[in-house]
Amino acid sequence: MKKIHYREWGIESPRYWGLLAVLATIVAVGGFATLYMEHEGHWVTGMSNQIVWGTPHVFAIFLIVAASGALNVASVGSVFGQTMYKPLARLSGLMAITLLIGGLIVLVLDLGQPSRLIVAMTTYNFKSIFAWNIYLYVGFIVIVAIYLFTMMERKANSYSKGVGVLAFVWRLALTTGTGSIFGFLVARQGYDAAIMAPMFIIMSFAYGMALYLLVLMFTFNTDDRPLGDGVLRRLKNLLGVFVAAIFYFTLVYHLTNLYGTENHAYEAFILRDGGVYTWTFWIGWVLLGMLVPMGILFHPALGMQRGAITAAALLVVLGGLSAIYVIVIGGQAFPLSMFPGHTIIESAYYDGVNGMARAYSPSLPEFLLGLGGFALALLVTFIGVRLLQFLPVSLADEVADPQRG
Amino acid sequence: MTAVAPGVFLQSVAKATPRDTPVTDDVRYGMLIDTTKCADGCSDCVAACEKENGLDLLEKPQGASDELWDMQRPRWIRTVKLKNNLTGRITSLPMMCQHCEHPPCVDVCPTGASFQRADGLALVDRHTCIGCRYCMMACPYNARSFIHENVQIKPTAVPRGKGCVESCTFCVHRLDRGDMTTACQDACSHDAIVFGDLKDPNSAVSQAMAKHTNVEIRADLKLNTAVRYTDI
Repeated sequence: MKKIHYREWGIESPRYWGLLAVLATIVAVGGFATLYMEHEGHWVTGMSNQIVWGTPHVFAIFLIVAASGALNVASVGSVFGQTMYKPLARLSGLMAITLLIGGLIVLVLDLGQPSRLIVAMTTYNFKSIFAWNIYLYVGFIVIVAIYLFTMMERKANSYSKGVGVLAFVWRLALTTGTGSIFGFLVARQGYDAAIMAPMFIIMSFAYGMALYLLVLMFTFNTDDRPLGDGVLRRLKNLLGVFVAAIFYFTLVYHLTNLYGTENHAYEAFILRDGGVYTWTFWIGWVLLGMLVPMGILFHPALGMQRGAITAAALLVVLGGLSAIYVIVIGGQAFPLSMFPGHTIIESAYYDGVNGMARAYSPSLPEFLLGLGGFALALLVTFIGVRLLQFLPVSLADEVADPQRG
Repeated sequence: MTAVAPGVFLQSVAKATPRDTPVTDDVRYGMLIDTTKCADGCSDCVAACEKENGLDLLEKPQGASDELWDMQRPRWIRTVKLKNNLTGRITSLPMMCQHCEHPPCVDVCPTGASFQRADGLALVDRHTCIGCRYCMMACPYNARSFIHENVQIKPTAVPRGKGCVESCTFCVHRLDRGDMTTACQDACSHDAIVFGDLKDPNSAVSQAMAKHTNVEIRADLKLNTAVRYTDI
């Protein structure tokens, strides 16, 4: 591999500022939506005492999961010694931080009392995985920032591998923590499963990779930097393998549930009778989020077309949001199983009369808050690549040498 | 009663633990619901709870839909009617916080705002609750409510604020005053609710539990709930 040179993102100023203005506007709209929800209270959202986590959580969890996955490209280079991935590592580290910030902002702004963040940072109950996550998330940002420093400062280069290993182990812990938010919930039929943690890890691989690919292709394309077919082939193949792994985990999760009679009602709800959740599962999570992207990525001709790879990555993101929606909202919509062997025929408080699901319709402010988090992550990414040398000048095949492992 | 003069007595005040004395685990409050006495269609306990804890003071925000507001308004106790799938037998009962010995809501709370008192009550510290609603995700009984709206009238005994979570307290303000009944129990004209100290073998609730076979809801979770039900 030739020596890699890095340079700030050089697209012409009007385009750059135009892009920032668009993203800043989306962030601002999200901010106003938040002010509205906080001023009025959560009654203006679609959330209720039955569906307590709504659309903001879907976006927040997706971004947090994708953040740890975005770091993968750097890990493949540093931890597993694949030299082709080394020039890709800086952007990977940057996106790991920005996506996490975007997700955390959404999560915090959806709290009932966001002004009490200081309480959350100073008062801990260490039996709560949420409390651990506060450390895992903040620690992740610090470690990845140091990791970036060791990659970008020549004198610190020798520490890069060590810090890279720490960052890799930390990100596994982080996603385990995020998956365990659900895995530890014994009360609900759809959660309370140890597979949640590894499933979230594998989801993070794919969602982070998809977002990384999209940003990489966009920044290189707009700045006329060469991105070799060989490099892209390896990245898209890796994305394909990650999506296949999600497929496997999805299959195992549902097959395991289907084996035990106690979970049949929940499985029937998600797979057959759940209305919007069933549709989101089959069309969003399975078809558009896994089968179509795999078909594109592994297709001998389509898989080499950049437009098709972009479409596949976008579909993986869409599928990811669908998957998190089904897990977070679908898992709450299914009524609690309080009285085995009985049917609730009347309830003054939505206990699932005759097995009926709890209702939830996302409201516009919730959606805008979530979208604002996405836009914030991209905004900070684009500012980062403009100000500092995150992007290699060339990823042409003769420079990055994708054949060499 | 204290005699101050022949024939003149002072009504003695109820013996409350002084405010600066920590609550001890000498007592554990609990409740037995006799579902054979709980009358179908009756919701006196619900009305009494709402009055006692100021839930009836909350108004639907202007512009809120009736349907959504009904799902968003806090409710500490609710009536549920069940049909046994095998026998078709109908049972009515009230559901509220079960004040578990091992409460999942306390386990998951990141700040410790969901906490358990020494006397077994599962409560929320409204000063440290950040409104994350993880406790509501963790509760197997759907017992907790989030305050979705601005609160105009705030009862002294039951502090309440927008953006915090709350649930049945077993009328803790009464217990700390030295009273030994809850509002729902007082309101139940069918004597379906027995409340008291589970650690006192002579208390009404201990006696009733010893006499009637009773179960905890979701016994599989082994939470050792303080609320038990007969004849489900």
